[in-house]
Amino acid sequence: MTKPTKTPGLVSQQIARLSPSQRNILLFAGMGLLLIIVGIAQSWNVAFSILNMCLISAIMALGVNIQWGYAGLFNVGIMGFAALGGLAAVVVSMPPVEAAWAAGGLGVVAGLAIGIVTLLVSMLRWRRERESALLVGMLIWRRGQGWGRWRYAVTGGVVVAGYVLMRMLIDPSTMAIEAVDSARTGYLGGLGLPIMLSWVVGGLFAAAAAWVVGKISLGLRADYLAIATLGISEIIIYVLKFEDWLSRGVKNVNGLPRPVPYEVDLQNNSWFVALAEDLNLPLVDASSLVVKICYALLFTVVLLAILWLSETALRSPWGRMMRAIRDNETAANAMGKNVTRQHLLVFVLGSAVIGIAGAMLVTLDGQFTPTSYQPLRFTFLIWVMVIAGGSGNNWGAVLGGFLIWFFWIEAEPIGLWFIDVLTSGLPPGHWLRLHLLESAAHTRLMTMGVILLLVLRFSPRGLIPEARR
Amino acid sequence: MESALNALILIGNYIVVPGLAYGCQLALGALGVTMIYAVLRFSNFGHGEIMSFGTMLVILATFALQSAGLSIAPLPTALLALPAGIIGAIGLCLLLDRYVYKFYRQQRASPVIYLIVSIGTMFIIGGLIRFIIGPQDRNFADGERFIVKASAFKANTGFSEGLAIKTAQGVTVLTTFAVVGLVFWFLNYTRTGKSMRAFADNEDLALLSGIDPDRVVRITWIITAVLATIAGTLYGLDKSYKPLVYLHLLLPIFAAAIVGGVGNPLGAIAGGFVIAFSELAITFAYKKVAGYLLGDGVLGDGLLQLLSTDYKFAVSFLILVVVLLVKPTGIFSGKTL
Repeated sequence: MTKPTKTPGLVSQQIARLSPSQRNILLFAGMGLLLIIVGIAQSWNVAFSILNMCLISAIMALGVNIQWGYAGLFNVGIMGFAALGGLAAVVVSMPPVEAAWAAGGLGVVAGLAIGIVTLLVSMLRWRRERESALLVGMLIWRRGQGWGRWRYAVTGGVVVAGYVLMRMLIDPSTMAIEAVDSARTGYLGGLGLPIMLSWVVGGLFAAAAAWVVGKISLGLRADYLAIATLGISEIIIYVLKFEDWLSRGVKNVNGLPRPVPYEVDLQNNSWFVALAEDLNLPLVDASSLVVKICYALLFTVVLLAILWLSETALRSPWGRMMRAIRDNETAANAMGKNVTRQHLLVFVLGSAVIGIAGAMLVTLDGQFTPTSYQPLRFTFLIWVMVIAGGSGNNWGAVLGGFLIWFFWIEAEPIGLWFIDVLTSGLPPGHWLRLHLLESAAHTRLMTMGVILLLVLRFSPRGLIPEARR
Repeated sequence: MESALNALILIGNYIVVPGLAYGCQLALGALGVTMIYAVLRFSNFGHGEIMSFGTMLVILATFALQSAGLSIAPLPTALLALPAGIIGAIGLCLLLDRYVYKFYRQQRASPVIYLIVSIGTMFIIGGLIRFIIGPQDRNFADGERFIVKASAFKANTGFSEGLAIKTAQGVTVLTTFAVVGLVFWFLNYTRTGKSMRAFADNEDLALLSGIDPDRVVRITWIITAVLATIAGTLYGLDKSYKPLVYLHLLLPIFAAAIVGGVGNPLGAIAGGFVIAFSELAITFAYKKVAGYLLGDGVLGDGLLQLLSTDYKFAVSFLILVVVLLVKPTGIFSGKTL
């Protein structure tokens, strides 16, 4: 038996000998180093704007990891849940538009109420619950067993009637709302509350949507959840694009209030001017840098809080149960665990985290643009983050969020440079060179696909694999 | 009487004729999805992009034929270019299977892994398409545009509503009937088709009776590629070709496959028509029809549209939800899920 001798080998061999925790520290340090390099080579403003997006991406990846890593649920609708969070930022923080409320607020609220009542009534009718029979007593026209075969007709009738009634109330009201100073408002506005509240509300919005989707599609095959989430996310985006009274649609909502100081205020502040002079920085750069650092601090607090909560949950008996369900549903079921119920819970929780991140993203941007929600950027990129980082490991998801976002931003300059070098032999006006340079933007799509497939094939456990417990 | 006929023509022009064509396109797409599901047992998210890839090759071949001066007017040149697209798509599918899916098949990976892998292939094909042809709109329909023109219909019949049938719509329906007939003949009467059905029905039993699984899988991919290219080209001829649109077609196609019963070819066809007609019927504005039947303005001056056309994809989703709630196995009871 030969004893492994300790010879100073290649760097990669040394890395392979490190303990997992040392390796993780090294990976995160490497990530920090990348950001520092950008800070020195490009500018600290760029580095911090990348960092802020990294933090938000990491939170989204955590949300997806809760669903995928803990429970093996495949959510293809991350975009929709993030967009709902973004809507929450608008609804919570923008000042209400009094004229629009006067014009059609009542109609919209009444219409929505009818819509919700319709849904509830039809659901309750469907389930044949006795309590529901008491609740909606006026709709009961046959008691007892006999009405089973009327189920389809009655439920369908309730839905159609409720829908028509809702549209009759909502349509004139939305027209009136959208006519109110449509160049500047044309929507109901929000509640005028602090925008940080919207991070919670965004989580609630996303959780509510997830509950509905999960209730419908969980307990069936994994494919159904994937397809249902794909559908709901598209529909959410369509609603945000076309319902101007709610979100101003493609006209976007600009100038959302901020939780941090404005650059202009900083620049007019005498002590800040003095500080910038001391640091020998141009005033404009210094002010935007300070704003970004403030955001970064806020986001870090949220990230750490969510990370701590998820780690605690993962180590708790509940986390053990989730892993048991993920690894063998039948066995967990036989042990008396309600698999569908737990799946629903974990799906709602994960979506809520995604919603929080969505609200934070809109807070950072200061504007809500429904057209910016693209599945590639908001669904599949996050997936690549989770898979590459290490599914089932929260630290892995965070690292994946940082790393993949970094390369997502830096891939285009790198790709352009690469094509430039590759075609340097060709004359500058050659058609192939022009075509390649023009299509460089699409390399992102392919790169993401290739990374996803390569990681799945050769390193399915990711950069920071799930800990063996 | 005449006003009732006018209302019928209106519905025919805006729902029946386009619904038939769209339904055929969805049916062909869903048939591909359902075949992959039946044999390989996963929902292929890359199907939309395979359709798009085949169509792209057809478009490039069409442009080449057009510049060479070849045409089969009054039919669109794209029909002549179809084989090029089909061969390319078959090549792509076989390559993907060999270098991507085969590994997971040998690992006996769970269906979720297949789903993620198929999303990876979706990116790669999508990126490739945008790299080659770019993301913009392409119109490649040529030849005679209409079989029946609305104005000619009005002049000949004297009705105030016109009925238009586009060449692309006629071609779609005829091609679909031919292709679907061939596929069913293949599945039911050839030895290979029977072995495919046996494999889909019970993998272990099929292996036991000496069916070569690799061959079954290869043939499934070939049929899928053929169906996808034809569906994509017909859709492109009918509407126009834009890479992004094929990604959005994924939802109606999946909905069609599930409504009919996943894994059931007949169900896929039926599902395609259910989705297409519901989409058009629900987003159609019935104002004029009501005007003909009941008199103008009897039902107020609304458009009488159940759902605005902006939300046409919501229709497939709603149908999907209803099916999942009421009968998760679909109309024709596909695989027990």
